[in-house]
Amino acid sequence: MSNHIRRRPPLAALVTLTAVATVLAGCGTVDNSKGGGGGTSGGGQVTLWTHNAGNPQELGVVNQIVSDFNASQTKFKVVVQAFPQASYNDAVVAAATAKKLPCLLDIDAPNVPNWAYAGYLAPLDLPQDLVSKNLPSTLGNYQGKLYSIGYYDAALGLFAHKSALEAAGARVATIDKPYTADEFNTLLSKIKSAAKYQTAFDLGTGDTGTEWWTYGYSPFLQSFGGDLIDRSTYQTAKGVINGDKALAWASWFQGLVKQGYTPAKSSPDAFADFVNGKSAMVWSGIWNSSNLDKVKDGVVMPPPDFGTGAKIGGGSWQWGVSSGCNKQDGALEYLKFSLNTKYLSQFAQKQSVIPATEDAAAITPGWQSGGPKRFFLDLSKKDALIRPPTPGYPFLTTTFAKAAQDIIAGGEPKKILDQAASDIDENLKSNDNYGF
Amino acid sequence: MSIQTAATAAEPTIQAKAGATTTRAHRHEARSGILMVAPAVVLLLVFFFIPVVLCFLLAFTNARLISPTPAHLTGLDNFTRLFRDPVFWASLRNTFYFAVVVVPLQSGFALLLALLINVRMRGTNFFRTMYFIPVVTSIVVVSILWRFMYQPHGLINSILQTASFNVVQGTDWLNNTASAMPAIMFMSIWQAVGFHMVIWLSGLQTIPEERYEAAELDGANTWEKFRYVTWPGLRATRTFILVTITIAALSLFAQINVMTDGGPLNSTTTMVYQAVRTGYRQQETAYASAISLIFFALVLAVSLVQRYLTRDKD
Repeated sequence: MSNHIRRRPPLAALVTLTAVATVLAGCGTVDNSKGGGGGTSGGGQVTLWTHNAGNPQELGVVNQIVSDFNASQTKFKVVVQAFPQASYNDAVVAAATAKKLPCLLDIDAPNVPNWAYAGYLAPLDLPQDLVSKNLPSTLGNYQGKLYSIGYYDAALGLFAHKSALEAAGARVATIDKPYTADEFNTLLSKIKSAAKYQTAFDLGTGDTGTEWWTYGYSPFLQSFGGDLIDRSTYQTAKGVINGDKALAWASWFQGLVKQGYTPAKSSPDAFADFVNGKSAMVWSGIWNSSNLDKVKDGVVMPPPDFGTGAKIGGGSWQWGVSSGCNKQDGALEYLKFSLNTKYLSQFAQKQSVIPATEDAAAITPGWQSGGPKRFFLDLSKKDALIRPPTPGYPFLTTTFAKAAQDIIAGGEPKKILDQAASDIDENLKSNDNYGF
Repeated sequence: MSIQTAATAAEPTIQAKAGATTTRAHRHEARSGILMVAPAVVLLLVFFFIPVVLCFLLAFTNARLISPTPAHLTGLDNFTRLFRDPVFWASLRNTFYFAVVVVPLQSGFALLLALLINVRMRGTNFFRTMYFIPVVTSIVVVSILWRFMYQPHGLINSILQTASFNVVQGTDWLNNTASAMPAIMFMSIWQAVGFHMVIWLSGLQTIPEERYEAAELDGANTWEKFRYVTWPGLRATRTFILVTITIAALSLFAQINVMTDGGPLNSTTTMVYQAVRTGYRQQETAYASAISLIFFALVLAVSLVQRYLTRDKD
């Protein structure tokens, strides 16, 4: 027993030391992340969360804006915390559940109604003349109020080898005159029979991220005349996702695989295959427009018009203010400051994105009217259709993505789409139509 | 062998010591014991038992992940919806399919490897390490690599073509409804067999040498030695391996999530994958809790049946 007494003091000291160290470490991290909640009104720290850790260009512009804002006034100090994109949404939902959201945060456009409905976001009280300059697809409106505003937008495009088009005797489609459905199908069969390329038209099905499937492929459905949900009432998807027009889309979509124009599962980087000459055309977006320069005869075109006009997706990352923020005036000040033309131009210069305002496009090289990059801005203005702005969007997107995957895998389109419609309607009913 | 004889020899000494301790020493020991166990018990309670109980309660409500209105009780609505859902039945079927094939194949193959490794030769350590390396590799990394290997022009098809002189062409493994699940089974067995091989190995090495010598003397051949000495001696190991492989097989998730997202036409969706998809991506927490509750009941039933079948019959 005397051994124990001699050994006890060092052990007790070690345990106490560990406990104290743990408590201090815990307090330390809590301080850093809890910036938005504490402090009195009339100034202080404003936390900002963003999804672009790992994207040094975009994060660099955000940091620049923040340091400029902090230097321009002494009342508020914005502190940036960057997250990797893959875990960002989960981090925000977890923080919202714990009521520890930051003051400023960016949100992927289709999630804005969902988070506004849940009470995470506060309506933005920005001057109308500032807001009206933005492309409509960069604004997050829900129930008549503005909840988010973006600095840029993205767009989809049909990239092609010009030599393949010429060999098939087809014209290059323009924004004013996209391909018709027949024209496009003829083009595909001619490219396939020429047998110069392994794949006539790579849809990019190797990307298993759910949002790509909805963002990339629902515009085709919308061009045929269908949609994910009835946008006049937002209370049902019957007849819209499983009506005749939707079935026409499904059989065209499935036909691409059945007739061998596109692989059922492309490689994870379909654009790399296009650059390497494996495919004649690829369905991708503006984020690959810089890679297009690697292709000698690469052109980018709008998608075909399947009946109701060519359609592409719209809405990228947008910025909002959380409802629990007690420095709303500081957050709004920052937003107003950041919507400066020179910053919007910076975003478009450092990344392949569409600048949100005409003024920004005018001062960004290549984006002026007639410039080489102008195509995406004009395309977005004419053909962009944002994903349905409803709080039920997470359910819509997972259901549509699964339906599209099942259709590509060769399932029976009518059964798949009917099941999707009934699943969506059931979800809407159990959520009281999300307030619509 | 020496372990058993040493254990029997220690018993009288321990009993002698037990009578010599006082009540105060008992209480002191008990208190120290409780203090030492307390952190683990608290962690288990807070991070395991309480969430599990909450999950079971949520299954009877209409809770959402994100919602302005609070959840309220809805009784058995989630369960009736579950039983009407064709994807749920497909998940159930696939989960059982995977377990029924993987459990015997993986444990049998692991036993075979353990028997091969259990010889006193140079180089067995090398092979043991080689077989064990896939186990310590993250299953997500393994899934990504094998996804590339299973592509139509990937490594697996190239090997098949070269080895069979272009007779066997191979197929688009992960995109055919018939071959997607077997492909995932093959990869899962490859990844986990090393772990169970090591467990079998430890079981093999506890079988006393004398029994093998006795069998030699009785004139037994290799198969008879296996059947009458090795197999009975592995009973405890067998039970443990059976239960752990079954539970691991029933909770198949990571491979599906990375490789096939539920697979071509629901051919690889499993219960855990469905629970994660509906609960997290579709934000229907209560529905996912219902799936989890049914999964729990299933695993419990299977484990109890296995325990009953492998119980001590004396």
